[in-house]
Formats: sequence, structure tokens, C-alpha cells
Amino acid sequence: MTVLTDTRARRFGAWYVAEHQLRGMRAYGWTIVMSGIGSPVLYLLGIGLGLATFLDQPVADGANGPVSYLYFVAPALLATAGVTVAADEFQYAVMAGFKWRRIFWGMNASPVEPGQVATGLILAVFFRMIFTTTAYYVLMVAFGAVGDPWGAAWMPLVGVLGGMAFGLPLMAYAASITEDKGQFALVNRFIFTPMFLFSGTFFPLGTLPGWLQWVGWVSPLWHASEIGRSLSYGLPPGSWPVGWHYAVLVAYAVTGWVLAHRVFRRRLR
Amino acid sequence: MSPPVSPVISATGLTKRFGDFTAVDGIDLEVPPGESFGLLGPNGAGKSTTMRMIGAVSARTAGDLRVLGRDPDTHGPEIRSLLGVVPQEDNLDTELRVRDNLIVYGRYFGIPRAVVRKRADELLAFAQLEDKRDAKVDDLSGGMKRRLTIARALINEPRILMLDEPTTGLDPQARHVLWDRLFRLKERGTTLVLTTHYMDEAEQLCDRIVVVDKGRIMAEGSPSQLIRAYSTREVVELRFGSEQNASAAARMDGLVERLELLPDRVLLYTDDGESVLERVAHLGLHPTTSLVRRSSLEDVFLRLTGRSLIE
Repeated sequence: MTVLTDTRARRFGAWYVAEHQLRGMRAYGWTIVMSGIGSPVLYLLGIGLGLATFLDQPVADGANGPVSYLYFVAPALLATAGVTVAADEFQYAVMAGFKWRRIFWGMNASPVEPGQVATGLILAVFFRMIFTTTAYYVLMVAFGAVGDPWGAAWMPLVGVLGGMAFGLPLMAYAASITEDKGQFALVNRFIFTPMFLFSGTFFPLGTLPGWLQWVGWVSPLWHASEIGRSLSYGLPPGSWPVGWHYAVLVAYAVTGWVLAHRVFRRRLR
Repeated sequence: MSPPVSPVISATGLTKRFGDFTAVDGIDLEVPPGESFGLLGPNGAGKSTTMRMIGAVSARTAGDLRVLGRDPDTHGPEIRSLLGVVPQEDNLDTELRVRDNLIVYGRYFGIPRAVVRKRADELLAFAQLEDKRDAKVDDLSGGMKRRLTIARALINEPRILMLDEPTTGLDPQARHVLWDRLFRLKERGTTLVLTTHYMDEAEQLCDRIVVVDKGRIMAEGSPSQLIRAYSTREVVELRFGSEQNASAAARMDGLVERLELLPDRVLLYTDDGESVLERVAHLGLHPTTSLVRRSSLEDVFLRLTGRSLIE
């Protein structure tokens, strides 16, 4: 009989968890692929060929003057895609793991530690997110929606950063829920939807009255969209420095990471 | 004489408190390798908490605990890599097929893919689930799910298999199939640690039992030792109807050394059931049903705690 030691699990535990999650995603793999490719196609067609033709004058400026509406919207749509994956996975996969399917409790009895369960889940979501945002970016380039396709090639990762900035705090919250009382419906209605509408996604944040602009400032979506725009066509003078946007996103993501790990540990031990 | 073998589990003064509530209140136990060891007690006795501490997923509040010679506080992952755990509530992954559940689980132990595949097939055979290998977990019966959970717990060839209420909720036939599988493991020398509130299960599977109530150990021994120590050879069960049980019990007072009045029946503890039945008839009492049976662990529990196991 081979005597197993825990050393491999200690080193690779998070990867084993990610492997499990990715296998689980296969069950709805088709949905992931279809929404990953289908939704950008629909948005880009609808906005590029439909909405944009109604706009007589440009709504937004870039570094070198007015830019096409499609240019303006596309980076925000990509960031939205990242955030949407986060909203999906970090709520339902967490709830499934602790409560509905209880699979985290199974992992917990193995050498894998609670922190590795959290990290593994994040890794799996990272892979789904990078697939989605990369597909988005490729389609954006195909639709001619990016000012500088090579210079902005970093944008899929910005979408992931935006998704994590929104998703990791959400993951910590989801992990703290022991009783499902429809909290996710509230998150979707009162956080996700307003964020989507008031984060300068479809019009510049400055168009909103001052008392609503704070929604954008606290919204990971706005920061990720602005970074995307800066990569695609450059931000107009007077915009926030791009470094600030990165700093906000990283702060959200790091805080969420730390909290999520703490909650996972508390719950599983 | 062979040298004494060191126990695979040893606990002294093991205690777990949750705030003001003491779930496990200073228990001492030792399990030698190869033994089939049972924790018998009602719901809320502290059995599952004890199992979680042994399983290195819950830190003790006080006392000492060694599992396979290691301290769970400092060697959690190492201990867990040597245990197989069958939880009270199934946590199979319903989004994966039967065989994939075993494979994915084996990966958590760092077992290479090729090895885990081979073991998965062997364990499916052991669990009598070969023709279900590609089935969805949700399509399995309750008994099959439990067998799959046991197979999953064996994927790392554990030194100790821990089972928390392994047959709760199963129908009698499924329970017997499961007991048969567990008995085979026991024959192979796997150390089994199980909790149960079914005395027949404890009698079937356990070499040694501790009776737990309110976080404390009330008694310890083999099923037959416990019955000998805490009960009589036979028990006469009489039912007079719920209205009359109490008055009949009063009239039978002194007939036997111990009498238990339960809401639905009266139990008379004796070494000779038939003669007690005759004396009951002499008193002019006519129970609606009467039964003479051998003492069981249920009687031991009743004696020790004044309560039934299943309430």
C-alpha cells in the first residue's frame, strides 16, 4: 500500500479545486460558450448597426477629439461581460458549494484547506472570465470597435480585473450567507442593474447629474470601462489618471480576496 | 505476546465548546488499529462534533487528541490525507457523473490521474455500482448514493474510515447491503469509526461502543458486555393501552428488579421472561400485547440515561 502524504495537496490543492469547478462548468459549458460569444455579437450588432446610426453627434470624446459611439461603448461592454461572469459564478457557485450541493464540505474532509477551496474557486472563475473577455475582444476587433487593436490587447485582462473587483467582495458576502432568503435577487436588482446603468456604460459619467455620479466612482465597472477606453482610443483631457482606476480595482479585489478567504476559513473550520 | 500496538485515535479530556454550549465534555477514548468502533447516542449527543475533531476539521477547545499519532491542530492536512470520511449528509457533486465523482475527489489527495482512474473502477465494483458509472448522481437511489459516498471515502486508501450516521434515512434492504459492504472492509482490517443512533447498527458493526449522552461517555464496552453490565438477559414488553400502562405498572411494582414505564409500553427487566409473564397473569393483568425479547443496546441506553435513543 502506498502511503500518501499531504505534500502534493498542500502545494496544488487550489488547482484541484479549480479542476473540479471547471469540470462542473462543463455541465453548463454550452451556456458559457453561447453567452460568451452570443452576447457580444448581439450587443455589438444592436449598438453598432442600430443605436449608433441614430446618434447625429458624438456623445464622447477621446484623447484626439470625438470618437464613434461604438468605440465608446465597446470597452464598457467588455467590462460588463467580466462583471456578469463574476455575478454569476461568485454568487451561485459559492451558494452551491456551501449549501445547495455542499461540495465544499466534501473538499473540506480532504487535505485541501479552506483557503485553497476559495483560491481554487477564484482560479476557475478566472478561466471562465478570461475566455469570455477574450472572445469579446476578438469580436470587438472584428466589428471595428477598437481604436488601437494591438495597443489595447491588454483589455481582456482589464475586464478580468474589473470582474474580480466586483466579484471577490461579492464572493465574501455570498460565503457569509447561511440561509438563502433571496439575497441574490436583491444583489442583482439593487446593485448589479444600477451599476450597469449608471457607470458611464452607455453615456459618459459626466452626463449624469452630480448627485448620481458617485455610483460610477464606486463602481468597478466604471473604472474598468475607463481603463478599456484609455487603451482603445485614449481618454479626453481632464479625465482621472488611469493609475487611479487601476488602484481602485486592485483595492476592491484585494479586500475581497482577504475577506473571502477569511469567511471560507471561518465557515469550514 | 505481541507488543502493544499504538492506538490510531487517542483522546483525553477532549472538549469542544461553542460559546456557552459544551458539545463535547471531556471524553477519553482510544481506538486500536483494525477495530470497528462506534459512538452510540441520541441526536445532539456530541457524536458529530467528536467526529469533526477527529477528522481535523474542527479545533478542540481543550484536552488532547492524537490521530494516527499526529495532532490535528498542527497536522490537519496530513491527518486528513490518511482518513476517509462519510458525512451524515451526502455531499456528492450532482453535476458530475458517478465515476467522475470518485476521480475528482481522488485528485484532492494528490493522487495521479492514472492511479485514481484505476482505483475508481475498483471501488465502483466494490460499491456494486459498476453499471452506474456514467449515471447522473441524482438518478441514484439513497442506498446507492451512500455506497458511492463510501467508495469516494476509500479513494485515498484511508487508514481510518469515519462514518457519521451511515444508514440514517435508508430503507431496511439498503441498510443491509451497506452493512455487508462495511463488514467486508472490517474483514480487510480497515479501522472503522462510526456514529449511530441505531442500536441494531451498532450491534451489527461494532467491536466496541461508547455510549454518549450530552457530550459525555456514559459507558464503554462490546455490545454484549454492555448488555450484560447494564441490562438483564431478557425483556418483557407489555402494552395495556396508553391509558392503562401507568396503573398496570403500579400493580406490577416489585415483580422484577427493574421496570420502565414508557408512554406506549411497560418494560420488565428479568432473566426469565416466561415466568414473569405467568406472574403478570396471576396478578389478573391482561396486556393487549406481550413480547419476550433479548435485551438490546436500546435497553442499555434507557438504563444509562433514562431516555430512549430515538425520540
